[in-house]
Amino acid sequence: MELFVFVCAALMILGGAIGVVLQARPVHAALSLVLTLFGVAVMFVAQDAHFLAAVQVIVYAGAIVVLFLFVIMLLGVDQADDLQVEPFPIQRPLAAILGVGVVGMLVAAVVSSRNTPVKPVTVTDAVAAAGTAPDSNIRALARDLFSDHVLAFELTSVLLVIAVVGTVLLTRKPSRSESKGAGA
Amino acid sequence: MIAALQPTTTWYLVLAAALFGIGMVGVMVRRNPLVMFMCVELMLNAVNLSFVALAVKLGDIGGQTIVFFVLVVAAAEVVVGLGIIVAILRRRPGATADDLAELRG
Repeated sequence: MELFVFVCAALMILGGAIGVVLQARPVHAALSLVLTLFGVAVMFVAQDAHFLAAVQVIVYAGAIVVLFLFVIMLLGVDQADDLQVEPFPIQRPLAAILGVGVVGMLVAAVVSSRNTPVKPVTVTDAVAAAGTAPDSNIRALARDLFSDHVLAFELTSVLLVIAVVGTVLLTRKPSRSESKGAGA
Repeated sequence: MIAALQPTTTWYLVLAAALFGIGMVGVMVRRNPLVMFMCVELMLNAVNLSFVALAVKLGDIGGQTIVFFVLVVAAAEVVVGLGIIVAILRRRPGATADDLAELRG
């Protein structure tokens, strides 16, 4: 059963990822991205990371991809790329070689270290305190987040505020008087 | 025999490596800045997948905590990146990454 889930989710992930790279139209690429993100969410559920699976669906599939689709549709940039044209003839072979090389090295590293004895499973305080209740994943995550990493958690709010303010400034249309003053 | 075959951490890590490679090739091959951005998202997801797999293997919840932070940073990154892309494409529609090689507006 776990094998079945893994194979299905892996096919979703890889199919969606290949779709993102190969689809000519950006809208189709964005929809392929949704497939990949759902596959990753299924993988999270299969590994008992329930909270992250929910966040993955809400934030990635719900917010980020919708943002992509908004930009594509509002700007009207959904013309299909001509994937046959290659401005730099060497670009694609080089990209393929680099991609295969990196994947090969990563897989070799993973496979060669698969039997390395890991240190005995250190059950952290957060996990131990959460026990095996149905919501133990969320409890353990919350304990870890709000005790050991509370400063980083607060800083993420600063990061998000800066991102929002910066984006508003970036996308604002320059007002008439400003653009005259700038001589543009 | 097949029912006894359980996906191990190695499988998840190999899958994450494949996903990362596909995203990397996409960033190098595609010229539409929006699609390049989506490929960066693919690479971030590959890293998240391997973080969770190792968190389960080591029994350490910290691996899942850092995925949470990666999600937050990815959201901020997408917001800023799409803002820049909107500003660029409004000025010159249909720009590809090759057209943006110089810093003039």
